[in-house]
Amino acid sequence: MQKNKKSSTAVKWLLISVCLVFVFFMLILPLITVITEALRSGWETYQKAITDEYTLKAAGLTIEATVFAVLINTVFGVFASWAISKFHFKGKKLLTTLIDIPVTVSPIIAGLIFLLTFGRQSPIYPWLQDLGLQVVFAIPGIILATVFVTFPFISRELIPVMEAQGTEEEEAAALMGAGGFAIFRKVTFPHIKWALLYGIVLCTARAMGEFGAVSVISGHLRGKTNTLPLHVEILFNEFQYVPAFAVSSLLVIMALIVLIIRSVVEYRGKKT
Amino acid sequence: MNKAKKKVIPGFGLSMGVTLAILSLIVVIPLASLVLFTAQMDFSEIIEVITRKRVLASFYVSFITAVIASLINAVMGVILAWVLVRYDFPFKRLLDGMIELPFALPTAVAGIALIALTADTGAIGSFFGQFGIKIAYTRIGITVALIFIGIPFVVRSVQPVLEKLDYSYEEAAGVLGASKVKIFWKIIFPEIRPAVFTGFGLAFGRCIGEYGSVVFIAGNMPYETEITPLIIMSELQEYDYTSATAIALVMLLFSFAVLFAVNMIQARSTKILKGGNK
Amino acid sequence: MKKRILSIILLAGILTTTAFGFTGCNNSESGSSGNGSAGSADKVTITNVSYDPTRELYAAYNEAFKTHWKEKTGQDVEITQSHGGSGKQALEVANGLEADVVTLALEGDVDAVQDAGLIQDGWVDEFDKDSAPYTSTIVFLVRKGNPKNIKDWDDLVKDGVGIITPNPKTSGGARWNYLAAWAYADKLYNGDEAKIQEFIKKLFQNVLVLDSGARGATTTFVENGQGDVLIAWENEAFLSIKDYPDDYEIITPSISILAQPSVAIVDEVVDKRGTREVATEYLNYLYSDEAQKIAGDNYYRPSNEKILKEYSDVFNLDINLVTIDDFGGWDEAQEKHFADGAIFDQIYEK
Repeated sequence: MQKNKKSSTAVKWLLISVCLVFVFFMLILPLITVITEALRSGWETYQKAITDEYTLKAAGLTIEATVFAVLINTVFGVFASWAISKFHFKGKKLLTTLIDIPVTVSPIIAGLIFLLTFGRQSPIYPWLQDLGLQVVFAIPGIILATVFVTFPFISRELIPVMEAQGTEEEEAAALMGAGGFAIFRKVTFPHIKWALLYGIVLCTARAMGEFGAVSVISGHLRGKTNTLPLHVEILFNEFQYVPAFAVSSLLVIMALIVLIIRSVVEYRGKKT
Repeated sequence: MNKAKKKVIPGFGLSMGVTLAILSLIVVIPLASLVLFTAQMDFSEIIEVITRKRVLASFYVSFITAVIASLINAVMGVILAWVLVRYDFPFKRLLDGMIELPFALPTAVAGIALIALTADTGAIGSFFGQFGIKIAYTRIGITVALIFIGIPFVVRSVQPVLEKLDYSYEEAAGVLGASKVKIFWKIIFPEIRPAVFTGFGLAFGRCIGEYGSVVFIAGNMPYETEITPLIIMSELQEYDYTSATAIALVMLLFSFAVLFAVNMIQARSTKILKGGNK
Repeated sequence: MKKRILSIILLAGILTTTAFGFTGCNNSESGSSGNGSAGSADKVTITNVSYDPTRELYAAYNEAFKTHWKEKTGQDVEITQSHGGSGKQALEVANGLEADVVTLALEGDVDAVQDAGLIQDGWVDEFDKDSAPYTSTIVFLVRKGNPKNIKDWDDLVKDGVGIITPNPKTSGGARWNYLAAWAYADKLYNGDEAKIQEFIKKLFQNVLVLDSGARGATTTFVENGQGDVLIAWENEAFLSIKDYPDDYEIITPSISILAQPSVAIVDEVVDKRGTREVATEYLNYLYSDEAQKIAGDNYYRPSNEKILKEYSDVFNLDINLVTIDDFGGWDEAQEKHFADGAIFDQIYEK
């Protein structure tokens, strides 16, 4: 028995060190590279890069697109997981597959399909023009592309939890005469709130960083349709390596903040 | 029974309506326009486009690097999930929080950072260079980039299943004298297998379509390190929309097949989660 | 209690989305497409969609044009720039990116916008010198001291020389590189097609990295230290020299190609937005002495002969330059060399 304990401690630390090495090389080292490159020419250059007019505009657009993506996906995620987990109907597998498909669609294709649907070659383009709606190469297109790439993130988190919870409690509440929203708020919501929060965090993180799809549909109009990741690419293409990494570090910091908030909230939530 | 359920809980019409409306706008209609656009071509033309030697070579490169990257991620993902669920150690929470970073880091930034590291002049690249191994601008480089972007998928699918897993069987097996390795393969692995497959499938689907990080690190040599999304991009640059959409459609169908398989497995995985919960 | 508050906040958030989600979208749409009425009395905005290596040029030119337009009309003008691979940019304009003017790398790219019906026929003659206010050519950038002793194109096919060039399939600039090499081999072998192809094949076998764009290739060569020689735009090569004067040298080959980047007004957009006047002046002013000097300062060859002479200490004016017409124009060159299954594809076939 003693021997067994010892060997399992050895296994434990072996596995932990394997993980740490892996995470160090695959995750932390690239991050360190971003930060050190960003600070290569000193703090002042860094500050100048991140307070540049175009950087700030790009940051604003990134936040706008992220907020819309999270809001739309939250509404969708809640309704979709409610429908999928609380009811039985035909074609459920197909529906969940359709919801998931954006994750595995190449970002290039994701941008391309919106270009085909709303762009100048599309049959509905003249109609959009009459309405005065510019979708592609404008902010709505960027929002659509962002929603697309983060589409399943919230529903994917909610569905397993809601399915695991079953339907008995909701049924009981319904039999007692509660309405749909009341049931959701009082019965379902407490069960799913951590999953929902986690989904929102994932969605936020991914929405901030999306590059490929947005790049196809943005048009790279400086100060108008440039998000932060696109701005990084532009700076990089202008041979401004240090500012490019500085703006990247901004994204890294935003991502870290989101992930830390999630950790804190989740930790508190589990405690109570 | 099923019918009764439908009647009892309200909101089916509303939730289904909202779901389908948003789904159509964001996913179905745009994807359908891709199919419609490709349908302008003859079937034989489509076949001609997707069987060009360069296109086939790019399918192979994309496929093989995505498989290797996802396999590595599957193994590392299970180990990471295991460590995060079963062990306590310093900085565990930090490690846990870091897992999603590849989602948040723009793929272009990831590509630039990785190429800075793995080129002959970079920290990792110069180390491996001593042994004559080139990472940047080879298939190894592509695989490294794909591992990076695929990390979260397996960890996050396996983790919840491991958390819900009942210790008692393991303990019983341990008391009966089964070795650790045996316990893992006979008792734990069958339980987490569906979750591993789900994570693998998602990571694979994501990897095969990845563009932003790979173009920086790949070198883009035809037949060697040219990935399918890059071919689609180059067709677009030549105003050859139809070829681009034809190749895109093949990738899309492939993604769809992978996902459908994953969702079949997911159904099993959910059953386990459910069982563990009660 | 806490839970309750949290749930109310979240629910409120969700409800706001349903209400706001789409109206909000509409707001931002009308905000961004409000440029439909670009020509208000005291301010006008135009969009210039250009390609990668002109970033510095147009950053400088736009300032000059703002002053010029203000003096001429008393109106403020704001210019939005977009840069990217030339082919991709053309495609985006054809797909509805609202550009008042395009300033692209190749005639063929402007033709693509024309084919989409946005530009009227005969745009090439609308401005002087085939609508090419500045030109450039292809040169070699090598590491200081020229360790591999690269003097001309035939040094590139030697064993052990590592070449960096972008991919002609994805980069407009790279097509010029390819055609310049072809022009050299054409002269060397007196037009013996089989030998020329062999030469080109050998050259591309020495290529280490085929980046998707010209800027990416420069980065690979300069920042990541790959290869012995970068085949590059003249202006890109000069920019690298300016940033790292001690690390690189420019080598001018005996034969190269005259690259004529084209400019054009996007008729459909300027008519819709009422910006034809300012857009025309924007391109016309590129031919002014001031703008020609800005081009020269940014290492583009001014099309004005007199001003070009002023830069004779910068540019090698003795270089033997062929033009695209020697290849029968863009359509023919594209068909023969770069289309699917054409010569460039055959090089890599196994």
